[in-house]
Amino acid sequence: MATVQANMAGIVLRVLVQPGDRVEAGQDVVMLESMKMEIPIQAEQGGVVAEVLANEGDFVNEGDDLVRLED
Amino acid sequence: MFSKVLIANRGEIARRIIRTCRRMGIATVAVYSDADEKALHVREADEAVRIGEAQVAKSYLNIDAILRAAEQTGAEAIHPGYGLLSENADFARAAAERGIRFIGPSPEAIAAMGSKVAARETVKRAGAPVVPGSEGAVADVEEACRIAAEIGYPVMLKASYGGGGIGMQVVRSEEELRKAFASNSARAKAYFGNGEMFLEKRVERPRHVEIQVLCDGHGHGVYLWERECSIQRRHQKVIEEAPSPFVDEALRRNMGEAALAICRAIRYENAGTLEFLVDEEKNFYFLEMNTRLQVEHPVTEMITGLDLVEWQLRIAAGEPLGFRQDEIAREGHAIECRVYAEDPEKMLPSPGTLTRLVLPEGEGIRNDVGVESGSEITPFYDPMIGKLIVHGRDRAEAIARMQQALDAYVIEGIRSNLPLLRAILASDRFAAGDTTTDFLETWGKR
Repeated sequence: MATVQANMAGIVLRVLVQPGDRVEAGQDVVMLESMKMEIPIQAEQGGVVAEVLANEGDFVNEGDDLVRLED
Repeated sequence: MFSKVLIANRGEIARRIIRTCRRMGIATVAVYSDADEKALHVREADEAVRIGEAQVAKSYLNIDAILRAAEQTGAEAIHPGYGLLSENADFARAAAERGIRFIGPSPEAIAAMGSKVAARETVKRAGAPVVPGSEGAVADVEEACRIAAEIGYPVMLKASYGGGGIGMQVVRSEEELRKAFASNSARAKAYFGNGEMFLEKRVERPRHVEIQVLCDGHGHGVYLWERECSIQRRHQKVIEEAPSPFVDEALRRNMGEAALAICRAIRYENAGTLEFLVDEEKNFYFLEMNTRLQVEHPVTEMITGLDLVEWQLRIAAGEPLGFRQDEIAREGHAIECRVYAEDPEKMLPSPGTLTRLVLPEGEGIRNDVGVESGSEITPFYDPMIGKLIVHGRDRAEAIARMQQALDAYVIEGIRSNLPLLRAILASDRFAAGDTTTDFLETWGKR
């Protein structure tokens, strides 16, 4: 099991996956907006999305969990 | 002259406007979002009004909240700064309807330059050169491919209502154009509410050179020379200088006269900037007009000795320009570095707490900053936290002075682009004035 975390503070612009989706390592799962820039957040390893922990429009800090993956 | 002015902006530019107002004896009103409650511009203004939550859509872009703040405080005029609402014709119109002077051009002039397609038509009518292109929006990807074949690849695909590089891409083949069209159009629609696209011939290895103008309400206009702004990342400027090391007297005069012809065509009033691409043969082509004060205006102030904010206020108050073209100074050389809160290599944002800030001081050094030690750099706004500007007798002295100033600049707690700025200033390519818009894309690759 793994979680995908925000690598910087920002606002969740779009959640690109939903529970049940299979994702590959390196795939974009969330698009953050920080300082007027779109920052794609990628899954470091592959898995199945168990839970989406962030909603579009949420403010997140660096290190916050965004998506929980299951093997 | 106005007795009280509201500044509809934040950060370094709000402080810079307050500074000139104070010198002129004009009272100032700041506006702020929840994220900026403790910001310097709020403390320095004579009055400050909260206008909403941190996100710009809920505060600094909230036209009604800003106009209410102006009415509450009795401000007679609004200075919009740059970005945010500064080029919003509806804002200018709404202010005028409530009897508040918008410090800038008329809503009609803003609108005439707001759509790139309309601006291009205006510029052609004024007899100024434009880059060959699609002559208006293209209906669909098929028409785009047909026109691109006519003008020849590479072409630039651009969003009619775009800005900041969003919805814009270089395409080098029909295959690339087909791939890029839908995604850029969708992005432009999401950002600007309109996905209209157009095409232009790509000018290879161009320089970005812009002309600063001042036009009063009595039909008199002057140009305050050029600024060289080719060093950009993601189509945002990083280093600017004046004069341009590439521009000679004939080109300067031709570009300045073209700029004034465009201004006359739209009855432009107040400060404005005409951006041009200049190719290696010194042909120039109109790019766009910024109908507001520009971030990099200090380099022009350094070489002319004029205070552009002062002239914006005077023009908005109905005063005539008190000088002619041949009376405008052009002394020495000025360089500006934009200090960004971002990783210097990946150029990604770096929000956080600025634990320590030490600004360089000395002869010919100017700092326009919006932050101090302890400031929170939030992800809600632009990553630019300040500008460092230097002036020297010539370009070599300006470069040396900038290098010393950058060495003395201290930022702790967040990453900044200071290491990149130092490396650029120390490079042979910058010293030679070999600055084309691909400077940073090809950085380290030449």
